[in-house]
Amino acid sequence: MIYLQLFFEFLKTGLFAVGGGLATLPFLNDMADRTGWFTRAQLADMLAVSESTPGPIGVNMATYVGFTTAGIPGAVIATLGLITPSVVIILIVAAFLRAFRNNKYVNSAFYGLRPASTAMVAAAGIGVVLLTLVRTEQPFGLEFFNWPAIALAAVVLVLTRWVKPTRELHPIVFILASAVVGVVLRF
Amino acid sequence: MGELLQLFLTFAKVGVMTFGGGMAMLPILQREVVENRGWATDEELTDYFAIGQCTPGIIAVNTATFIGQKQKGVLGGVVATLGMVFPSLVIITALAGLITNFSHLEWVQHAFAGIRVCVCVLIFNAVVKLWKSAVHDVWGGVIFAAVLALTLFTPLSPIVFVLLAALAGILIQTLGGGRT
Repeated sequence: MIYLQLFFEFLKTGLFAVGGGLATLPFLNDMADRTGWFTRAQLADMLAVSESTPGPIGVNMATYVGFTTAGIPGAVIATLGLITPSVVIILIVAAFLRAFRNNKYVNSAFYGLRPASTAMVAAAGIGVVLLTLVRTEQPFGLEFFNWPAIALAAVVLVLTRWVKPTRELHPIVFILASAVVGVVLRF
Repeated sequence: MGELLQLFLTFAKVGVMTFGGGMAMLPILQREVVENRGWATDEELTDYFAIGQCTPGIIAVNTATFIGQKQKGVLGGVVATLGMVFPSLVIITALAGLITNFSHLEWVQHAFAGIRVCVCVLIFNAVVKLWKSAVHDVWGGVIFAAVLALTLFTPLSPIVFVLLAALAGILIQTLGGGRT
């Protein structure tokens, strides 16, 4: 029964992949090797598509693998399998947090966790900067910086932080406008 | 019913607007969930992200479940999560049926190169907002700098940082340092 197998394979992935979407990748490679539902080469293509479509990458991957394996029902079942462990675990954690909301130690733990969490987001941001605004393969010098990208980033920064009417715009406006700039200027 | 539908639609909107994975979702969440709906604070978002780093599964899903649960209990958590994954299901199945090598198209690559530039700035703005709600004193600054350096320069798992930061928080406050 392919649907049941798909569900359990993705349930396992959802249960053991800790730390976000890309953490599912080793599990999917293993799945390709064991089940033969898809090849590793197909998986590489699916990752490229998942990164260039809206939505969380891990969810996109599960949908794509499920669809490739067993059509639209497969897509739905693989995705549900992937998210089931998260939902169950978070519901338990949320209930626990509610019960201990006024606990001194829990509050102190969050006092330390919040700056750490912010730092991890900042680190992810620096990762995108290194991919985008500089050319790490070049030696340090004028060529090292990706000037058109830096110019676009500067414009977006000014418009999102300091120019009053544009500052209030929805972030998606800037994302779509930047996509257009990317296509027109051939980034 | 009304609020469940709102949860579904809001998270579906967040799902559609998330380009480029995980962290790119943060500015959209801040706008839709914190500013427009008032379902969570920036502080709570940092909590959910910290917990999401060390619990299984995808951080986007974890965050949706947390916020849905807070608004409408268990059912709310499930509905918000289904909303989050719904656009992926529709978009991927539609695309997978049509084009297999969608991402190899040249204009798609140019568009995403542009989007990544924008995402850099949006994440920077998001971090500034989170910083204001997360870092209240010099100890907070120390934890931020230490975790940033360790994440960038060591291959250690985020789980280690989360556990150490929680422990540091407890130690600092128990020993009488830090502001609450």
